[in-house]
Amino acid sequence: MITLLDCGVSNLASVERALHRLGADSQRATTPECVSTAHALLLPGVGHFEALIRVLDDRKLRAPLVDAIRRGIPFLGICLGLQALYNTSEEAPELTGLQLLPGGVRALPAVAKLPHMGWNRLLKKHNSRLLEGVDADAYFYFAHTYAAMELGEETVAACTYGREFVAVLEKENMCAVQFHPEKSGEAGAQVLRNFLRLCA
Amino acid sequence: MNLARRIIPCLDVDGDRVVKGVNFVGLRDAGDPAQLAARYNAEGADELVVLDIAASRDQRPTFLETIRRVAAELAIPLTAGGGIRSAEDARAVLRAGADKITLNTAAVARPELISETSLDFGAQAIVLAIDAKREGDRWTVMVRGGRESANRDAITWAKQGVALGAGEILLTSMDRDGTKSGFDIALTAAISSAVSVPVIASGGAKLPGHFAEIFTAGCADAALAASIFHDNIQPIRELKEFLAARGIPVRLPC
Repeated sequence: MITLLDCGVSNLASVERALHRLGADSQRATTPECVSTAHALLLPGVGHFEALIRVLDDRKLRAPLVDAIRRGIPFLGICLGLQALYNTSEEAPELTGLQLLPGGVRALPAVAKLPHMGWNRLLKKHNSRLLEGVDADAYFYFAHTYAAMELGEETVAACTYGREFVAVLEKENMCAVQFHPEKSGEAGAQVLRNFLRLCA
Repeated sequence: MNLARRIIPCLDVDGDRVVKGVNFVGLRDAGDPAQLAARYNAEGADELVVLDIAASRDQRPTFLETIRRVAAELAIPLTAGGGIRSAEDARAVLRAGADKITLNTAAVARPELISETSLDFGAQAIVLAIDAKREGDRWTVMVRGGRESANRDAITWAKQGVALGAGEILLTSMDRDGTKSGFDIALTAAISSAVSVPVIASGGAKLPGHFAEIFTAGCADAALAASIFHDNIQPIRELKEFLAARGIPVRLPC
């Protein structure tokens, strides 16, 4: 059973449909208790960093979420759900992120059209569990203007648009992707399948 | 910049059926939206657009149900619009399963609708649809399904829309729509070079060469078409292979 954090700011239904197509059960969580008792967590997110962080704080989900990830339960962040793991974001400089990863999220350089919207490829940096069985030249669907640009040990794949940024990260149980696997056709389905394997 | 150029089939929907017409008139039935959506998802479409061409208040529940049925078939992004007049309308469409909404006539009447929805849902969810028609040496914005002139310059409007928070522009050439004589390269290149967001070119596509030229000379980021895909005159996979062979980056489905 995958628990989806329902922060009211994302298209949860598309993630649910993608999971169900792969035969996985999911439930929505809006309370701290649901997060604390989850066996696997997924944080989808589109929209504004501020909206997501404010909902996490208003609903008192921040502490149980951070605890759950530190405790080692499988976690997958999608898009804004990746960005939320960092200390801060230029999109809402007055707020703090979940502070599970150092550094900040910044706007992509305006040398290309923004948002970075469409299908792009990855540059693999390390062995990746999420990308197992995915073609090296597979395309994934991105829709974002901000990105994590400090590539660390946990960055298993990057993407380039104007500059290099974090596309896939894995740090023990904590996984996150900047693209939308639920919108990325068969390649995206394979990433979700790999995450479900980590949850089993 | 490895970003693939997108191929986007468009479903013009009246209630729960796909319809098609020439220059926005003379509509005829073209099938079930969910069935077509499933086909395009499998054939390698990069995104799907669903437009409510009737856009009437009493048909709204039917359209939202159509979005739900279409979204259930897709593992690619879905854009939906037609008749969105408020942030509440936008929310209903997004909740039904769309990833992005298109704004057209209502945004021309009240441009703040763009900033309101962009703040609520993010710029990546807001597509400004512009129906443009040539008038002398410029292009003018048309509204109400292309029936009425808004007396507004299309390039100026595109720039204003982006400044207000539109994350993408869906640009339809009213001169080319339904003619199958090729996309409007001059119009698309003019808008694409004037704004900082992706531009989807629409209207006039028939041949693979039309797509190649709109991505190169027309500077389009994506290209949209309807009947040539519905009727299978132009299979999406073949089109993408044609483009790839000409060095245009596309996502080839496996």
